[in-house]
Amino acid sequence: MSLLKDFNQGIIAENPVLRLMIGLCPVLAVSNNATNALGMSAAVAFVLICSNWVVAMIRKITPDEIRIPIFIIVISTFVTISDYVMQAFTPELHHALGVFVPLIVVNCIILGRAEAFAYRNPVLNSILDGIGMSMGFALALVSIGVIREVLGAGSVFGIALFNPAVAATVMILPPGAFITIGILMAFLNKMENKVQ
Amino acid sequence: MELFGIFFAAFLINNILLIRFIALCSFFGVSTKIDTSIGMSFAVIFVMTISSAVSWVVYHFILSPFHIEFLRTASFILTIAALVQLEELYLKKMIPNLYRAMGIYLPLITTNCAILAVAFLAIDYRYDFGQSMIYSIGVSCGYSLAIILFAYVRERMALAPIPKWFQGYPIAFITAALMSLAFLGFSNMFGL
Repeated sequence: MSLLKDFNQGIIAENPVLRLMIGLCPVLAVSNNATNALGMSAAVAFVLICSNWVVAMIRKITPDEIRIPIFIIVISTFVTISDYVMQAFTPELHHALGVFVPLIVVNCIILGRAEAFAYRNPVLNSILDGIGMSMGFALALVSIGVIREVLGAGSVFGIALFNPAVAATVMILPPGAFITIGILMAFLNKMENKVQ
Repeated sequence: MELFGIFFAAFLINNILLIRFIALCSFFGVSTKIDTSIGMSFAVIFVMTISSAVSWVVYHFILSPFHIEFLRTASFILTIAALVQLEELYLKKMIPNLYRAMGIYLPLITTNCAILAVAFLAIDYRYDFGQSMIYSIGVSCGYSLAIILFAYVRERMALAPIPKWFQGYPIAFITAALMSLAFLGFSNMFGL
């Protein structure tokens, strides 16, 4: 039961992006189309799950005073792996995501989960927490990506829906990211109030 | 002229907060008061300039000659973390007034992705040492400009009648969108 709870928590109740307001930079920057959003989610999921797993595994032998540098080394190892794997197999996506792939290392979600969860919990729980959190992240990122791509370019995952000439180009430009996430948050506030 | 172009592009056209979306956590986190955003700006200008100089040296004199560029991510973040600690000790001892002005923002900067991003970008753009210095000064001035302006707007917003669902973060994002739209007006200026 508690395993299921660890898994569920990250998706809605503690959604890292829309609830906890962490890890915002990649959400705004790479959500200009749904494909980039999905690629970024996959990279973050890989790093988050693997680092949660390793941190939980070594938590008994990690000295308390230097745990943060150790977490950072673990995280940056996986970030380097995903950076090079993306460069080798999906060079276009790697180019589109640019500096945001190495910047996963300072993404607050990953260090935050290592510190707040994986360091205190067994391996299985930590992996499930990593999966849940990265699904929550992917949910927020991909939905923003889809909204922006539909409104801004008239397509989803590159498949044209309507004539891009009538689309609002501003939505795929930087201001569109701020507007989308602002309205999405206000909408969530309203929904939450209704449920209560 | 070329250095001016680099500075101007980093300062306004590719403003790190409003156009490139780096370091947004601090943009929304410390911009509720003007004082805190000014403290953060000074800390960023100070740390960013020094750390981009050091990381340039680390990359071109240690990582590159030994062909271990793949250690870039790990070595930069450790260099920056150690550097921030060192700067904190130095300022505390030598310039206590400045240290007090920067306050808690100095340690917070370790996790500010702008510092790391500038180190990476200066390498990716293949800047030489002088260019990467100008670039990091431009980026940090752009950061300060955006965050201080945003703090002024947010202080005003505290008094405004805002619809209930938009209070707090949602309206802050909408405000940032309008500022970002204004900064978009700088694009293509001077053919950059």
